[in-house]
Parts: sequence; C-alpha cells; structure tokens
Amino acid sequence: MQVLFDFLIGPFFQIFEAPIFFVEVVIGGMAAGIMYALVAIGFAVIFKASGIVNFAQGAMVLFAGLTLVGFLQMGAPLWLALIATVVVMVALAYAVERVVLGPLVNQPLIVLFMATIGLSFVIEGFGELAWGSDVHRLDVGLPRGSFFVGDIMIDRFHLVAAGSAGALVVAIVLFMQYTKFGRALRAVADDHQAALSVGIPLRMIWVITWSIAGVIALVAGVMWGTQAGIQFSLVLIAFKALPVLILGGFNSITGAIVAGLIIGVGETVFEVYWGQMMGGATENWFAYVVAMIFLFFRPQGLFGERIIERV
Amino acid sequence: MSVQREARPDEANTPTVEAEKAPLLSVNSIEVIYDHVILVLKGVSLTVGEGGIVALLGGNGAGKTTTLKAISNLLKAERGEVTKGTIVFDGEQVQDLTPNDLVRRGVIQVMEGRHCFEHLSVEENLLTGAFTRSDGAAEIRADLERVYAYFPRLKDRRDAQAGYTSGGEQQMTAIGRALMSRPRMMLLDEPSMGLAPQLVEEIFDIVRQLNDKEGVSILLAEQNTNMALKFANFGYILENGRVVLDGEASALRDNDDVKEFYLGIGGGERRSFREFKSYRRRKRWLS
Ligand SMILES: Nc1ncnc2c1ncn2[C@@H]1O[C@H](COP(=O)(O)OP(=O)(O)O)[C@@H](O)[C@H]1O
Ligand SMILES: [Mg+2]
Repeated sequence: MQVLFDFLIGPFFQIFEAPIFFVEVVIGGMAAGIMYALVAIGFAVIFKASGIVNFAQGAMVLFAGLTLVGFLQMGAPLWLALIATVVVMVALAYAVERVVLGPLVNQPLIVLFMATIGLSFVIEGFGELAWGSDVHRLDVGLPRGSFFVGDIMIDRFHLVAAGSAGALVVAIVLFMQYTKFGRALRAVADDHQAALSVGIPLRMIWVITWSIAGVIALVAGVMWGTQAGIQFSLVLIAFKALPVLILGGFNSITGAIVAGLIIGVGETVFEVYWGQMMGGATENWFAYVVAMIFLFFRPQGLFGERIIERV
Repeated sequence: MSVQREARPDEANTPTVEAEKAPLLSVNSIEVIYDHVILVLKGVSLTVGEGGIVALLGGNGAGKTTTLKAISNLLKAERGEVTKGTIVFDGEQVQDLTPNDLVRRGVIQVMEGRHCFEHLSVEENLLTGAFTRSDGAAEIRADLERVYAYFPRLKDRRDAQAGYTSGGEQQMTAIGRALMSRPRMMLLDEPSMGLAPQLVEEIFDIVRQLNDKEGVSILLAEQNTNMALKFANFGYILENGRVVLDGEASALRDNDDVKEFYLGIGGGERRSFREFKSYRRRKRWLS
C-alpha cells in the first residue's frame, strides 16, 4: 500500500508543495528536449526525402562540432569558421552522394541503412584523425548565466538554444514550402519516378538534402558542444533521437520538435520525482519505453504523414 | 497488300513537301534489357514526325512502357538498359542523356498511372513541371494560366492536395505538369487507364488541342486501341517486344486483323496476331 502511495500519489504532493521547482524542472526538460529535437530534425529531413534512416546523423553532429573547433583553433574568426564549416558539411554531403548513395541507387532501403552505419564510423574516424580525440571546449560566445522571472530561474543559454532551434525550423519550412528546390525536395519525397520524369535530378536533390542535414548537425553541434564540450559521446545522442522520431513521426519536422519536448520534459520530470524509487538514471531508458508504448497505438507517430489510400 | 506497305511512317507524319526532312524522333532497332538478363524489346523501330500524333498499341506486357521509358531515359532508374540501336531526337543521339537533359530538350513523359505528387497541391504539382526552366517567374506564371485554360477543372482544384483529387483530375494534373516544361514532344503512357469513356474523350480532345495549338508532337501508348486510332494519325502495334504492324491510323482501323484482335470486331480461332502473320514479320526483320 505504502509503495503504491509513494509511486502514484507522493510525487504529485511534491509538485504541489514546490510548484516553482517543478516549473524549473520542466524548463530544464524542455531545454534537453530541444537538444534531442535538433538531432531528430536532421534525421527527419533525410528520411522524408529518401526514406533512409541516416544512422550517421550523430556522427555528423560530432564532425560539424570538431570542424568548427578546428577552424577556431586555427585562429579563424567565428563568422569565417562557421562559413568554412558549412562549406565542409556541403562537401561532405557531396562526397556521401558520390561515394555511398550514387553507387547504391536502386538498392533496398535496408542496404542504404547499413551503408549509413558504415558511414557513421568513417565520419567518426575521419574526424578523430583530422582533429584528434580529446574533448574540445567550444565557446562561441553564447550567453551564459541565468536570470529570474518572478521566482523562476531561467538559463540564458537555454533561451538561445530554443531561439536557434526555432529559427532553424522556420528557415527549413520556408525553404521547403516556398522555393523551387524545396518544392522539388517534397516532390522527390512523394514519388522519385515522377520527379525524374519532370527532369528533377535526384543526385542534386540528395546533395541538397544532406547539406541541410549537415547544417542542422552544425547547429546541434554548437549547442551540444557549448553545453558539454565536443566529445565522441556526442555520436550516442543519435540514439536518443530515435525514440523522438518514433514519437513524432519519422518524416515530420514539427513532430521532431514536439516529440523532442515531450521526451525531454517527460524524462526529466520522471527522473526528478520518480527516479529515486526506480533506482535512478531513468533518463537512460525512459524515452525508449515511451516510444515502445507509442508504437502500439500510433505507429506513424504523432505527426507522421498520413498515407493517402485513394488512387 | 499489307498495311505497312501503304505508307512509311515518315511520309505519314510529315507533309509531302517536307518528305525529305528527318523526323523529330526516330527510334532505330532498339533492344532493351532489364537487370542485365531480361530481354524485353527485341529491335523496335518507330518514328514520330514534327507535329505528329503516333499511337503505340499492344496488349499488356507488349513493351509499350519500356519503349517510352527508353526514349525519356527513365529506364536506368528501373535497371533497364538500351543495349542495341539508337534513339535520335531532333538530329541528336539521346540515349545516353539523363531525363533532365531530355526534358530540357523538350521530351517529357507522362507516366502510366499518373504519378502525381500526392502531398503537393495541384498547383504545386504543375509548378514542379517547370523545374528545368530558367526563364523567370513571370513566364512560368503565364504558362500556369495557359494550363488552367486548357484544364479549367484544375483551376478550381488548384489548392487541393493532389492525392485527394479524382482519377481524371490526376491525369489532367499529370499532363498539365508535363506541359509546364514547354515540351516539343510528349510521351503519353495509357492516359485512358481506369477512366470513364467520357472523361477519356475529354482528355484526348485537350491533347489534340495541345498538338494543334502548341505544336506538341505526341507519342501515345495505349491498350485502348479504338480510342487511340481515332485520335492518332499513325500507329504501331507491338507484340512481345516487336513491332508486328504499322500504318496510317485509318488503314489500321480497317485492317481485318486489327479489328479482330484489338478492336474486338469479327470472330475467328486465331488467338494471336503473330500466329497468322509470322511470314510477314519474318520478311520485315530479315529485310
Ligand atoms: N523493371 C522491370 N524489370 C524486369 N522486367 C520488366 C520491368 N518492367 C517491365 N518488365 C517486363 O517487360 C515486359 C514489357 O513491359 P511493359 O513495357 O511495361 O509493357 P506494356 O507497357 O506494354 O504493358 C513485360 O513482360 C514486363 O514484365
Ligand atoms: Mg505499360
């Protein structure tokens, strides 16, 4: 009886007793959620266009972070380092298309998925070779410290992270909806054959798609790097993006954001109020359990594209 | 006596004064192999003159789609390959170009089964047809209005998601989308499939107008022989990856074998055109 009370009722008493603390926990969770979302969006863009689950997205985050740090250490000013890193990410996209996607065109998706696993190790290894394997501090001068709104403490960096993620999403959506190439990308996502038939060159579209994923990886790399330093464990955050994608729907950018927030908030709140009872470190598995439960009820995710049945 | 002696394709499609002029499209004894082993086209030749409407007829699996895809170069995406013969468009060998190159040169295919972009609106679908163009937004806008003038229904449905429009509207969208590339030649693959006869008539009428007013040459693959021969001025009949008969549409309509096997008029025990006409085919291919 006591156990049930502790588990089902107790935590809510705690929440009511200290509501401000609860709000801060939620905000912390949202911050974590945005970080997950930043990685998940990169996945979603590639999945939407090509149906490929890009296992290497995590490695691309690391690679982008390492490259940026590398240019900064070479003494480049921040703006130049950022531009140079974007150029490198576009070059990477081009190389991926040439070396991996091009030769494997028409292969089953599972083959392409395997190829991205290989790619992940290659990018990781290449990053290590080029920039060394130490943990790199990344400081691009993002605001630090915190301030109070009423009684609630807010971390300036969290605001910046949220703002950047928001700006990134708006930019992607505008590009997709209102430009010729964005429209072509959506066309390719719908029907490769028909896209070819109207003269949309698929190889060019792959390069653009992977470049966008590369830029998203750079933003994610800057955010994660500022928080935790650029280190090889960044590759592992890719795994956290997976339950986010399952929850949000693999091909939905909105879904990635909303699901990222849900999972970030969910796992943080759960860890703070229930973690002790469950032996701690619940955020290691919480997201996966939520995703699994969700798969039973809505396999296409919260915002997954509806499959049009009519012909 | 045989139909193919009555008119050569290039004569039929171009006015006699220009009889010397090369046809806009000529396919010369092409062989197509899928997956490196499956031989599907065994030496197909055909021509389409500037401004012509040519029908490519034949039953299911005869090789109509394969022929069109060989021309528009969509074969490679299906692991098909032209292994013999040449395809010449406007004096240039085109079999090694990409679909993008061909659309730029004015050859565009409207695929079997329409293949609209389901999640894009009808208007967005049309705009994707202008992907290869670089003549500016104003020109593209003007062409969009022209497409709407040919297909007033599409104007009403411009904001609808294409996946939720009717089969006829999707076919119109697919043709309109191709038109947006400003084609010189359209390869239409079974536009009548799954549509009510009245609607088929409506769509064919519009295509005829496109041919008339926009000067778009048409190569039309159809199983609907009756409709296609009413509409085309020349026809080829494919069986098993070979052209077994060709001639002016009017001659084909009057041909007894065509009547029997493709138009369902008259009776007989022969089940395939080939069984009877093999002597003629042999003569053709050996010559
Ligand atoms: N991608 C492919 N791979 C292998 N065989 C194919 C492929 N596409 C078509 N075929 C074969 O080629 C033959 C001709 O097909 P197709 O050109 O689609 O005929 P049609 O359009 O006249 O119905 C058929 O026997 C079909 O099975
Ligand atoms: Mg066909």
